[in-house]
Amino acid sequence: MSSIKRIAYQTIVTKEILRFSRIWVQTILPPAITTTLYFIIFGKLIGQRIGEMGGYSYIEYIVPGLILMSVIQNSYANVVSSFFSTKLQHYIEELLIAPVPNWVVLSGYVTGGVARGLIVGVVVTLISLFFTDLRIHSYAVTLVVFVLTSVLFSLAGFINAVYAKSFDDISIVPTFILTPLTYLGGVFYSIELLPEFWQNLSLVNPVLYMVNTFRYGLLGVSDIDVRIALAIILGFIFLLILFSLKLLAKGVGIKE
Amino acid sequence: MSALVIENLHKTYRNGFTALKGVSLVVEEGDFFALLGPNGAGKSTAISIIASLANKTSGQLSVYGHDLETDKEQAKRLIGLVPQEFNFNMWEPVVEILVNQAGYYGIPRKQAFERAEATLRQLDLWDKRHTQARWLSGGMKRRLMIARALVHRPRLLILDEPTAGVDIEIRRSMWRFMREINQQGTTIILTTHYLEEAENLCRNIAIIHHGRIIEQTSMAGLLSQLHTEVFVIDLDHPLEQAPVLSDYAVSLLDPQTLEVTVAREKRLNGLFQALSQQGIQVTSMRNKQNRLEQMFIDLVERPDPGA
Repeated sequence: MSSIKRIAYQTIVTKEILRFSRIWVQTILPPAITTTLYFIIFGKLIGQRIGEMGGYSYIEYIVPGLILMSVIQNSYANVVSSFFSTKLQHYIEELLIAPVPNWVVLSGYVTGGVARGLIVGVVVTLISLFFTDLRIHSYAVTLVVFVLTSVLFSLAGFINAVYAKSFDDISIVPTFILTPLTYLGGVFYSIELLPEFWQNLSLVNPVLYMVNTFRYGLLGVSDIDVRIALAIILGFIFLLILFSLKLLAKGVGIKE
Repeated sequence: MSALVIENLHKTYRNGFTALKGVSLVVEEGDFFALLGPNGAGKSTAISIIASLANKTSGQLSVYGHDLETDKEQAKRLIGLVPQEFNFNMWEPVVEILVNQAGYYGIPRKQAFERAEATLRQLDLWDKRHTQARWLSGGMKRRLMIARALVHRPRLLILDEPTAGVDIEIRRSMWRFMREINQQGTTIILTTHYLEEAENLCRNIAIIHHGRIIEQTSMAGLLSQLHTEVFVIDLDHPLEQAPVLSDYAVSLLDPQTLEVTVAREKRLNGLFQALSQQGIQVTSMRNKQNRLEQMFIDLVERPDPGA
């Protein structure tokens, strides 16, 4: 990367990190509170009655999913809201007029989303330590899935923002698509508990692969082959990068 | 060298509206160039395409010899734009807006702060550097837009109605500033609805109407095309009726004010002489209409040959 592009990239990333840091009460605190409630209600109160799942206590079993769920939601939310505001207030024009290649714009926003996803993920992980002992089975798998999931959902947030024309449009996808996919992606249960039809249907849910691979990284257990899961995540990332760059090149939603 | 060359530029929007119908334009290096036209004529569309804010349908553009399609990054580095509408993050402090913009042009952060300081001082905004943009007055926001456009030191500055809505004092200080940066070598393209502004500042002019350039010439050349000029003359003593002058059309606006139409080939000395011979004393005199305004209306009211 040339120094000009590197500086442009750093500028976008710095701007993004400053943006969500300034409003930490809206960006970092809510997921911390929500997941604390999940840990208390599902982990402690209800979890004690559920017993073991996959050879682990219920709270140990759901911790990886809850961490990853907050990473998914926050990476997505960061990029979709930031890029949509940029469009809405027209300061996207600051970038369009400047000699910043589209891939640098995309990388900058995605890095911003990853930064928020990871910060929230770390906060939630620290909170989980109050409720359970966290063991890490594979640091490499944990870190890779942590980052790849964040990248994937930042890209998805970016695409949503490109098409969004109103604030409603940026909340429809998280409410009606992202949340169901996350809740049905094996955060709270193993798909082995489901009847065969629903097990098979669950396999088309990309979140399932991320949650299970992350769970494998932390606990060493997974409903699916980790190598296949990683390949699927990388495949989705590749497709979304191509699609996002195509949207930027055509100027969809940002140029007349 | 030409600062901007536009060849046969067309733009048709997705709704089928054709905003530009083959615009060709050359702006020379160092020029202070007016791009004028009525609302909806295609000025802003042309500017948006030059600044990469809109996609063209066809045509070619180059900035200081760099093609905007094949050598986009080099071309973009040379352009600064002050758009019509405020388009900065209203929640960001003034200095951050400039530092970020400099960063997009690859200027390291330390140097970006230095440039931001220099530019904000030039535009009397340094005291407001930590203020969020939304708290600035309208005039300050306009100056912030100019500062942001200049922070990367562009060689071609495009000003799309930069003084719209600002009071006369600020407008005049902005004129001084624009003249200064033009004298320092920055080529400026100005669009404005204040034709007095264009007449005062610009050396060359193009008039765009219905998506076509209908006139491109020097300001002096354009004004010399005026066939008549209308003057309003204030008199020392009231008159009961308008005097009859053989070479001039005269009407009485009120007992102490005359309106006189002077043909291009006639001289004002002759007018004063004729008035003196009838014992009429003149106390002051002014153009009824800005000269460029008169010419502009003449041009845009002609039937559209392509319609």
